[in-house]
Amino acid sequence: MSRVGALRLLVVGGFVVALEVLCRTGIISKLVLIAPSDMVMHLFRILTSRKADADILESLTNVVIAVLLSVIGGFAVGAAIHSFPRLRRAIDPFLASYYALPFFAFYPLFIVLFGLGRGAIVAIGVLFGVVAMIISTLTAFDRIPRVLVRTASVYRMGPVEAALRVKLPSAIPHLFTGFKLAIAYAFIGVIAAEFIMATSGLGYSISYAFNNFDNGTMYGLMLFVIVFVTAVNAIFHVLERRLLRRWGR
Amino acid sequence: MKRALDLVLLIAAGLVAWEAMHLAAPFALTSPAESLAKAWSMALSPVFWPHAAETAKAFAYALLLAVGGGLALGLSLGLNRTSAEVAEPIMISAYSLPKVTLYPVILLIFGLGISAKIAFGTIHGIIPVAIFAMNAVRNLAPVHLKTARVLKLTRWQTLATVVVPGALPEIVSGLRIGFSVTLLGVLIGEMFASQRGVGYVIMAAIGVHDVPTIMATIVLLGIVAVSASAFLLWLDHRLHHRAS
Amino acid sequence: MTSALRNEAVAAPGDGGKPVHARMRGVTRVYGDPVNGVRALVEIDLDLRRGEFYSVIGPSGCGKSTLLDVLAGLSRPTTGTIEFEGRALTGVPDGIGVVFQEDASFAWLTVSDNITFGLRRAGVESAEIARRLDYALRLMGLVDFAKAYPAQLSGGMRQRVCIARTLVMQPRMILLDEPFGALDAQTRLIMGDELLKVWRETGATVLLITHALDEAAMLSDRIGIMSARPGRIIEEVVTGWPRERDSRIAAEHSFGDVTTRLWSVLREESLKSVRQGGGA
Repeated sequence: MSRVGALRLLVVGGFVVALEVLCRTGIISKLVLIAPSDMVMHLFRILTSRKADADILESLTNVVIAVLLSVIGGFAVGAAIHSFPRLRRAIDPFLASYYALPFFAFYPLFIVLFGLGRGAIVAIGVLFGVVAMIISTLTAFDRIPRVLVRTASVYRMGPVEAALRVKLPSAIPHLFTGFKLAIAYAFIGVIAAEFIMATSGLGYSISYAFNNFDNGTMYGLMLFVIVFVTAVNAIFHVLERRLLRRWGR
Repeated sequence: MKRALDLVLLIAAGLVAWEAMHLAAPFALTSPAESLAKAWSMALSPVFWPHAAETAKAFAYALLLAVGGGLALGLSLGLNRTSAEVAEPIMISAYSLPKVTLYPVILLIFGLGISAKIAFGTIHGIIPVAIFAMNAVRNLAPVHLKTARVLKLTRWQTLATVVVPGALPEIVSGLRIGFSVTLLGVLIGEMFASQRGVGYVIMAAIGVHDVPTIMATIVLLGIVAVSASAFLLWLDHRLHHRAS
Repeated sequence: MTSALRNEAVAAPGDGGKPVHARMRGVTRVYGDPVNGVRALVEIDLDLRRGEFYSVIGPSGCGKSTLLDVLAGLSRPTTGTIEFEGRALTGVPDGIGVVFQEDASFAWLTVSDNITFGLRRAGVESAEIARRLDYALRLMGLVDFAKAYPAQLSGGMRQRVCIARTLVMQPRMILLDEPFGALDAQTRLIMGDELLKVWRETGATVLLITHALDEAAMLSDRIGIMSARPGRIIEEVVTGWPRERDSRIAAEHSFGDVTTRLWSVLREESLKSVRQGGGA
């Protein structure tokens, strides 16, 4: 393990140990936060009792669908906007302020359109993730070295061929960033929607536990979310490093 | 001139699409005309202003904490190469955490009230500001820092005259995002943990399916958010052009 | 030694009487609005003879790159005509290769895949592809790096990949826009000799844009000097070097005369360019 990796582990580990000590000694009340070791125990119990399995599976499925739609849709829209610089300039401020709008207020609209259940939640996940992908796609296409676009012209490629054979491969390292963001945001969107307005799923389970003063279950599930997100991020971090090492740019 | 025309065209196209969606699903969406009318009357109504003021107050505090805290964290971590490298994946992981799942913790710590809302906003905004500030400092060409050492500047002088101006463009980018997500955090907090504020207004309207109010509130929020964002974007461009 | 890449219709070396390969007449290129826009090129007249090595030098910002863009069909002139092999230009014609200053290698392909990119795309049969690839790798000294990725190579090697990629297409004219600009001085000299080797082997017409006087003087049959912006070709210098040459031609007596002539004209134009606000 590299020195930096070891330091990271130390920082995170130190933080967890500090929390553990503060909780066990009662400085932090048990009503507010339970000790990390207890969180782990509760999570273990939840997983082995398989009680939360249906909810977890439902949330993860929602996330996967939302991610796929966000990434593919976001890329297509981003690529299209990039080919029209005038449109791009006009739409930039709206894209930039998109995340300040409470677009999950559109949830009732989605319920009307998709009915109660998965459709509306996935729709919110997509609303969260797609714009991040669009913005990243625009940035990625901006970063394509101009010389490669001219090279495509020298090969006398039409716009579609140039996009697929030169622009897309060249933009992949940067698109990777968009991909990571889309996943993160879609995840946040789905869980947040479930938390606030759903009747099943991981977000809902956490909210239910909170409302019933069931701190144990609540923190156990929160820990699950944290560990899951961290694991997914770590995997993509490694993949991205491998990609960059080979491709350089 | 062309740019203003493009903006008008874009907005017009958006309004047309909105009207089309309204006609397709009239009970889920009010028309642009009706929404704007309702927004106007809401903006003038004395019932709405206390809510808007509450949100504005919470947002102001949250933004201050998010920006102040984020800059302090990001700048100090960024100046040391090891700390920056160690911190980056941790901060990025923290950024992608659905902070909604931390809301129960916040409520347990702060109770129901404005401090909880401020906390929501702050935890949303502090991380992107810190990440961008940290990267801004890391990306400073080392030659600038070397020059500062040669000129024998103190740590504070270096910070003020070399680090901050050089890092400013990227810091402003971070502020842009921080602004948006801090507002989002405050609103979400209000949506389920408060009896006051714009977020609460939205939530109450959702509860009774008062679509006109929902749309009107989104319109008002939209105007505020987009204008602020456009300003910050303009600032961003100005600084980046000056730098390059 | 037969070259796998030599073109059919190549004129024998020698002066004068060579047929014209490409011709520019009265070419003007204005960016932006026709009255107030930036006038990059003004009334350019240029004849490129088959198989010759022609360099264009000039102060920074004088429009050298624009000249190449227009000649390659990447950019349309505002007025004037450009003919390549007797036909007017409409876009990038067949038979032209271009090497740019920035690294244009495809980071996601190996060196071999980079080089064979155009051939595979054109549907050339695999035995022929293999033959040309082998030749290009040996000519450009890339044999040991066939399976490497460009990110693993130095700047000079990457430019070799770009040149190799161009020459496997058997272009009849090769345009190079300051191809060695990003490289250090020693590498430039070596690459210059490599370029001459490629030129002799393929028999193509070469147009080299460069700001380095001695490079132009060493490598070229003829050198066109461009004025400061708006760019015009104000003088052409003929070197009269033999076809079999390399950078050691710099030891020739007349080399000094060539560079002196180039510099005396260029110096004036460079000073004008500095006053215009460009680099020197």
